[in-house]
Amino acid sequence: MTIFGHVISWPQLYGQLLIGLINGSFYALLSLGLAVIFGMLTIVNFAHGAFYMMGAFGAYFLLQLAGLNYWWALVLSPLIIGAVGALVERLFLKRLAGFDPLYSLLLTFGLALIFQGLFQNYFGASGMPYAIPKQLSGAYNLGFMFLPVYRGWVIVASMVVCFGTWLVIEKTKLGAYLRAGTENPTMVRAFGINVPRMVTLTYAFGVALAAFAGVLAAPINQVRPGMGADIIAVVFAVVVIGGMGSILGSILTGFVLGVVEGLTKVFYPEASNTVVFVIMAIVLLIRPAGLFGRTA
Amino acid sequence: MADAALASRPAPSSAAVLRVKGLQAWYNESHILHGVDLDVREGEVVTLLGRNGAGKTTTLKAIMGIVGKRTGSVMFRDCELVGLSIERIARLGVALCPEERAVFASLTVKENLFLPPQIAKVGGMTVQQIYALFPNLRERLTSGGGKLSGGEQQMLAIARILRTGARFLMLDEPTEGLAPVIIQQIGRTIAELKREGFTILLVEQNFRFASTLADRFFVMEHGRIIDAFSNAELAGKMDMLHEALGV
Repeated sequence: MTIFGHVISWPQLYGQLLIGLINGSFYALLSLGLAVIFGMLTIVNFAHGAFYMMGAFGAYFLLQLAGLNYWWALVLSPLIIGAVGALVERLFLKRLAGFDPLYSLLLTFGLALIFQGLFQNYFGASGMPYAIPKQLSGAYNLGFMFLPVYRGWVIVASMVVCFGTWLVIEKTKLGAYLRAGTENPTMVRAFGINVPRMVTLTYAFGVALAAFAGVLAAPINQVRPGMGADIIAVVFAVVVIGGMGSILGSILTGFVLGVVEGLTKVFYPEASNTVVFVIMAIVLLIRPAGLFGRTA
Repeated sequence: MADAALASRPAPSSAAVLRVKGLQAWYNESHILHGVDLDVREGEVVTLLGRNGAGKTTTLKAIMGIVGKRTGSVMFRDCELVGLSIERIARLGVALCPEERAVFASLTVKENLFLPPQIAKVGGMTVQQIYALFPNLRERLTSGGGKLSGGEQQMLAIARILRTGARFLMLDEPTEGLAPVIIQQIGRTIAELKREGFTILLVEQNFRFASTLADRFFVMEHGRIIDAFSNAELAGKMDMLHEALGV
């Protein structure tokens, strides 16, 4: 099969499809966290990439300093980094509530630079290795291709966490508080619900999602201070395409764009790094609020 | 006119549920309330009358704590509300049904109805009582909150604060923009709530509607109370009201 002058083989197609799904898993987790945070706080959280990186470093430190393995890290690192997020919200973001969102955008951007700079200062730009856990090493032979077990796990874990988050937000009482709080926080407070605490926990949860993605990424990419900055530009493009604040939209767009990127690598490799941004430009022209966005 | 007969019945007890003294309130830089004094006794329906912009809605919001800044005193039973957060005030048993109804569009009717948490173990209406009061709501439980008519929204906004155990209700213009038949239903509902022993502070432009329900009236102008009288004195106040309310 030849397309755009490239010879395409089936194994190559499957391989890129898989890489696309894996990238999509990270896009989905990260853009979901951004959407959750934006929905409740109307904050564009530019520190998201930094929290993702810190999640991966969390896993690294837990192993190196405390001897806690991958499975512990998967739980503890999001909790710890989520707590850092809660602190950031209480100390800084809370004071910007009611101001133009541009201020919180600049603040989180500054925080991202500081976090990333600190890690770069102590650990350099090159990465630290993090081994794939024993239980997830090896590969399945699917007949038409080999699927590394860890990569399959990443896709499944991301889908489960994304779907679980969606379920909680759309179908539970807690989610009803969140949705109501997004719409009219004052009224929700007038029912006796502590909305300021809910806001802090929502930010912490969005940050924890980023850290969870960071732990998942640690064995695939190396643990590097720059890993957040590398992925976050694409994630923001994904969020713009999906529409800010739409939970399901951010999940679907994340996975779909990962796959689109992977397929572009097969059919027209030259465009693989830009295809997401081209789609973003087209979506902005046709539907400025994003594919799933509500027009404000 | 059974409702009118009910309204003229003396309040069951004279203990003050709410006592507001010298309440001033600001939104940002605008000074809206300039010293409001009023009281509401146990089991009473008290109506705040006044023109648009007189400060009626702001008075309710200031009691609830939903203003930028407030001074003066708001005693709810034995508790000073000035200085407390909105959610603390709500937890004490003060409930607000706002003018804009604030039904959540992204929630179903059922989710809206069950959103406010129980704040007291006793005193709340059961779901069956609420459905008996508002039969339409039961049929629309799975609809989105944004899909309701104005009347249904108003019923939902009242219904959801009846479950919680709050016994002091502040209703802000519950009849605004509704058809006469719906207004009658809202009127019957408020009369029923009064029979159930709820204490109600009502803001109403429509004083003919209010006159069938209220035990006492307060008239507001420019952020102050300018007159107070009982339902029995209403007839003698008509000229003043026409003047003050411009109706």
